[in-house]
Amino acid sequence: MGETLKGRAWVFSDDVDTDLIYHNKYLAETDPRKMPQYSFEYYPGKENFAKEIKPGDFVVAGKNFGCGSSREHAVYCLKEAGVPVILAETCSRIYYRNAVNNGYPVLFVKGLSDAIKAGKIKDGDSLEVELANGSIKDVTSGETFRGDAVSDLERDIMAAGGLIPYLKSKKKAGERDG
Amino acid sequence: MGKTFAEKALGRAAGHPVSANEVVTVEPDFCVSHDNTGPISRTFKKIGVKRVWKPERLVVILDHGVPAPSSEHAVNHKEAREFMKEQSAPHFYDVSSESGVCHQKFPEDGFALPGQIVIGSDSHTCTYGAFGTFATGIGRTEMAAAWATGGIWLKVPESVKITATGALKPGVSAKDFILKVIGDVKSDGADYMSVEFHGDGIENMSVSERMTLCNMGIEMGAKNAVCEPDRKVLDFINGKEKSSDWEILWADPDAAYARELKYDLGGIVPGVAKPHTVDNYAPIGEVKGRKIDQVFIGTCTNGRLDDLRAAAAILKGRRVAVRTIVIPASWNIYRGAMRDGTLDTLLDAGCIVCNPGCGPCLGAHMGALAPGEVCVSAANRNFKGRMGDKESFIYLASPRTTAASALTGAITDPREA
Repeated sequence: MGETLKGRAWVFSDDVDTDLIYHNKYLAETDPRKMPQYSFEYYPGKENFAKEIKPGDFVVAGKNFGCGSSREHAVYCLKEAGVPVILAETCSRIYYRNAVNNGYPVLFVKGLSDAIKAGKIKDGDSLEVELANGSIKDVTSGETFRGDAVSDLERDIMAAGGLIPYLKSKKKAGERDG
Repeated sequence: MGKTFAEKALGRAAGHPVSANEVVTVEPDFCVSHDNTGPISRTFKKIGVKRVWKPERLVVILDHGVPAPSSEHAVNHKEAREFMKEQSAPHFYDVSSESGVCHQKFPEDGFALPGQIVIGSDSHTCTYGAFGTFATGIGRTEMAAAWATGGIWLKVPESVKITATGALKPGVSAKDFILKVIGDVKSDGADYMSVEFHGDGIENMSVSERMTLCNMGIEMGAKNAVCEPDRKVLDFINGKEKSSDWEILWADPDAAYARELKYDLGGIVPGVAKPHTVDNYAPIGEVKGRKIDQVFIGTCTNGRLDDLRAAAAILKGRRVAVRTIVIPASWNIYRGAMRDGTLDTLLDAGCIVCNPGCGPCLGAHMGALAPGEVCVSAANRNFKGRMGDKESFIYLASPRTTAASALTGAITDPREA
């Protein structure tokens, strides 16, 4: 868990809604592996995201990331593209639950929205992120940030790899006990 | 210290008193899903459970793309149909004249009941708060898990109290009020919170108007939104209740709130949400005269009979200047509008009337927008490109404002129509 993740930053504004992350035009798609090709197609200036994203790159956003629809495509399309974690000041409730339930981490980072607006963290910056303690370093700008911890239940679900594996492991434990 | 509505409803479900910020696991009274039922059923099967914990608690209503606009949609419908049959789950609303938009049909058929817990794999599940239900949107994985286990973990939310006094002036709608509220609270201002609507201004509203308010709770980030159930709600559900285990719950007068806002409804004017966020509020005076290409009246927000009648009252005996798409939110509403002459009035004015469903609200079909086009819509979201091309523009407004704008081909104040 002490591992340091390294990758480039893709920086987004506040209030990135689910249609900007994954447009409703592609909702009928149900295979998560086919979803990354549509990521951020509707976000102005990030039309190249799907083509240029490299596994390990980070999505960095301001407040209220993932507001709007409950579509889980908006989590899958980033997870399947190899984005290891979303760094956002805050994120919408449903988006956050969808992320946790798929074992996909979101770090809540205080001050990130202002830092993005002030250009302290920019597209293409090299980032180092330690998930275990929430420390984030922008190697390019020299700025550091701190992500929040999550609740025990959320951590357990994420550690199991998501809600489905979590339930399966509980079920197995229950079968053993019983 | 008294309890909020959310604390009472989740406490009732948990079987012990709870307070804000506790995490509880509760059994949902009903689980609603739509065209996404197929993918949920696939996830459900991966868990290794064969039977849904209580098949009679599933309510599946196909609405997002009906009749199927593509073979992909048709596959999703087919999977949902087969799954419900395989589970012997009785509450399946297929593509038929007994269906409608899920958030309309669900209450219409008596599933939305005071004090109960409803989860839905759609963000506008919060609509049922108009009936005093604790109703919240979740994702697909979560829905699959709830089907398998009969439980869902929920954090007891903090609450926001919005008090409305007085009455709306003629030409002003509940939609104008909620757009103003969202403009003030902003799109994340109630994030993870329960929004309670209080005051005689809410008591004076119809159940349909309260549904419009609660429907848009998610547009300020809310986990749920709720009004106090009264005689109007009891009359609405009377004889249709799909469960007997419900109870009227409401916040104590001394409950603690994270935030309180007060409004005099008499001071509300017609307003819009400008592109591309729902909190981008402007009173009508600021946007009046902007040219438009399309008008859309419908959806779980504003596709009810009173909405269609309000539009028809403005359009009666006149002609629309731009293409105007009307979609009643359910077939019951469609028939009601057919019987009372509302549909004739709308057709005479040049509107087209499509079959109940979500329609162009999410750009799937029945009225997508071309590059550069502007739509005035009675729906709930105006995200960039939501109704079609990413260079198109959506203004959200009341059915009255949309109808008045249809007549002139420009955004128009309904009080002057």
